[in-house]
Amino acid sequence: MSIDPTQDYFSLFGLQRTYAMDEAVLEAAWHRLQSQVHPDRYAHLPDVDKRRAMQWATRVNEGFRTLKKPLARARYLLELAGVDVGVETNTAMSPEFLMEQMEWREAVEEARAAAEVEELEQLHVRLLHHARDVRAELGRQIDVDHDLAGAADTVRRLMFIEKLQHEIDEALLALEG
Amino acid sequence: MALLQIAEPGMSTEPHKHRLAVGIDLGTTNSLVASVRNGIAVCLPDESGRTMLPSVVRYHVDGSTETGLGALKAQATDPRNTIVSAKRFMGRGLKDVAHVEAMPYDFEDGPGMVRLRTVQGVKSPVEVSAEILRVLRVRAEASLGGRLVGVVITVPAYFDDAQRQATKDAARLAGLDVLRLLNEPTAAAVAYGLDNAAEGVYAVYDLGGGTFDLSILKLSRGVFEVLSTNGDAALGGDDFDHRLFCSILERADIDPPSLEDARRLQMKAREVKELLTSCEEAPIHLRLGSGELVDVVVTRNEFADMTRHLVQKTLTPVRKALRDAGLTPEEIKGVVMVGGATRMPQIQRAVAAFFGQEPLTNLDPDKVVALGAAMQANVLAGNRAEQDDWLLLDVIPLSLGLETMGGLVEKVVPRNSTLPIARAQEFTTFKDGQTAMAFHVVQGERELVADCRSLARFELRGIPPMVAGAARIRVTFQVDADGLLSVSAREMSSGVEASVLVKPSYGLSDDEIAEMLKSGVEHAGDDMVLRALREQQVEAERVIEAAEQALAKDGHLLDADERAGIDAAVARLRELRAGSDHRAIKSGIDAFARATDEFAARRMDNSIRSALAGHKVDELEL
Ligand SMILES: Nc1ncnc2c1ncn2[C@@H]1O[C@H](COP(=O)(O)OP(=O)(O)O)[C@@H](O)[C@H]1O
Ligand SMILES: [Mg+2]
Repeated sequence: MSIDPTQDYFSLFGLQRTYAMDEAVLEAAWHRLQSQVHPDRYAHLPDVDKRRAMQWATRVNEGFRTLKKPLARARYLLELAGVDVGVETNTAMSPEFLMEQMEWREAVEEARAAAEVEELEQLHVRLLHHARDVRAELGRQIDVDHDLAGAADTVRRLMFIEKLQHEIDEALLALEG
Repeated sequence: MALLQIAEPGMSTEPHKHRLAVGIDLGTTNSLVASVRNGIAVCLPDESGRTMLPSVVRYHVDGSTETGLGALKAQATDPRNTIVSAKRFMGRGLKDVAHVEAMPYDFEDGPGMVRLRTVQGVKSPVEVSAEILRVLRVRAEASLGGRLVGVVITVPAYFDDAQRQATKDAARLAGLDVLRLLNEPTAAAVAYGLDNAAEGVYAVYDLGGGTFDLSILKLSRGVFEVLSTNGDAALGGDDFDHRLFCSILERADIDPPSLEDARRLQMKAREVKELLTSCEEAPIHLRLGSGELVDVVVTRNEFADMTRHLVQKTLTPVRKALRDAGLTPEEIKGVVMVGGATRMPQIQRAVAAFFGQEPLTNLDPDKVVALGAAMQANVLAGNRAEQDDWLLLDVIPLSLGLETMGGLVEKVVPRNSTLPIARAQEFTTFKDGQTAMAFHVVQGERELVADCRSLARFELRGIPPMVAGAARIRVTFQVDADGLLSVSAREMSSGVEASVLVKPSYGLSDDEIAEMLKSGVEHAGDDMVLRALREQQVEAERVIEAAEQALAKDGHLLDADERAGIDAAVARLRELRAGSDHRAIKSGIDAFARATDEFAARRMDNSIRSALAGHKVDELEL
């Protein structure tokens, strides 16, 4: 058994390869790994050791980020399973989703144009709830039904939602100056 | 060199030798140096017992310099040659500096960092800072009785790459080996957290003389994790002085003052501001050089009114940091107050109102940053004791990106990412047969390049001619634990590579630094070749020492042949070290690194595996 740098993040963190994730367990593993590889542990050592520590710590942080965020984790699981999420290629979305997408976008645009901070904040909260439902669906598809094609579809929906969420945040940021 | 101490023959492998290391709070207004002695962090005083060194440097016409209190006192009589708040100019061009019109300096603007013309010639803010660091180094070495192995220097969390690089350059000029640049609020959190065994989510509100930082940290079982940070690298107590100064001018109804008078009034404003922290009102009675009399009284309420917008201005970064951390004010367990300006009652009231709780003021806001830096310096230098098992996970304060078409920014590394981090982005050529590609690295949150800080420009050349869109150019950003960026670019199909250590456009060039090193007091008369030799000898010694410790601890990971190979490599390097050819030693160190690479990788694996011990082995063997 050797832990090589090409191993996947789940095994690096000593975790099962599932969508369901106990955040506390993940975080504890992150802390344990960083306490071994963080450059601060190597600050008094030769440059080669410092450099290697930085590379490892970088990788551990990347792993933590990937496994922590549900969307990134789902995409990563699909990638490991060889399923193409097809962000660029696959644009086949259900008409309902496209409609929904347009409505959300219009609401955000209007609030932004009118500089309505409260409205934007409400949209932010509504979108959070919506995202939660979509994520629950994603978990079912990956862990229970093993419906990876369906999961890829849900991942694309979630990507849209998060992008919109980000736009709302940026709009709020801009309004605050 | 700073590391000579561990290079003393025969001493190097002594396992429990205490290595001298200090933490330095290089402040806009005041600087301090602290060290851990007998397990306790203390600020080191000067010969008259003062721990705070005013961050003021005066250049005398006779070529000498004066730093600290003496210089501070001269600012009204010799304002042009007495540099205060040089930190505000670090890594900045003239146009980025606020209130230049009220400053008495003779600025020299150029394409890079702003400079100051003094009786001793043109000085960069890096040299001024280096002077302060040098004084603190001398103080520390006298007090600790030996040369320093390394230092931790604190910087505002909201400092960008250019400002961090400038700080590191200053340390180099001062002859200091930097173990780490540490964010000021993080240093404060370490000192507070360790002293109070704090657990939970805390905010650190740090308002100094010229900078404001707000960091949110999660403290859990020895891990200090920064969740988010925000701030304003040009907002501090100085701005409160300035507001008061303007108000005094208005009220006293006098002619525009001379440089000297302006300086005196500014000093007076600071005095009055500080007085109003403990008094309800403060009189100003000052006869100016022009003969005019300033005679006004300022009350605490008036002062609070005229600075309300400044107090509010600090709350915007607070809100942003909370949102980035995904938290509400009620979820913050405590607010640690740092920096002299947090003594102002209107600040304490505003913070209490915002968070719905009284801020924590049971620590010395002047010293806490230096003390935290000293604790960190102590463990980084290798003096880690059993109970010193803490870990700092800090973040990058401002997003990093590249300029794309139309002057827009493409973000590559998002703000508040945990460090170290690497991120890659792919680009392609847009013309047939294009063989070069230019990149412009920027830092900031805004969408337009013009609104962000320009960090560096570089070019990837020698791309093999292809049709437009066929080349795949991967640009990789690596940000280290100090928050410093290096960028490399590579054409993936041909392997053509360009890599730059981002030397910010607002920074000093390597040549300039070499020149300053040569002319500096510190190294006057130094033989550059001898210096290089010493440096390589020290590094070789460090390599040998680390290898011996590794062999003692993890020698069982090697079979007999491998062990013999490494022993031979150690012997070879030791031989080279005794010689006098610095280039040979350097290539010996490189060769040694290659010879021990496999061993080092195995050790890293091993420590990672032990970190995960307690987990089922089959979970690891996916
Ligand atoms: N009692 C006080 N009341 C109000 N402001 C104070 C008081 N003491 C110090 N200050 C202000 O604190 C600032 C310096 O804080 P400090 O933490 O030393 O700054 P820096 O970190 O920038 O060096 C100055 O603006 C100074 O006037
Ligand atoms: Mg400070």
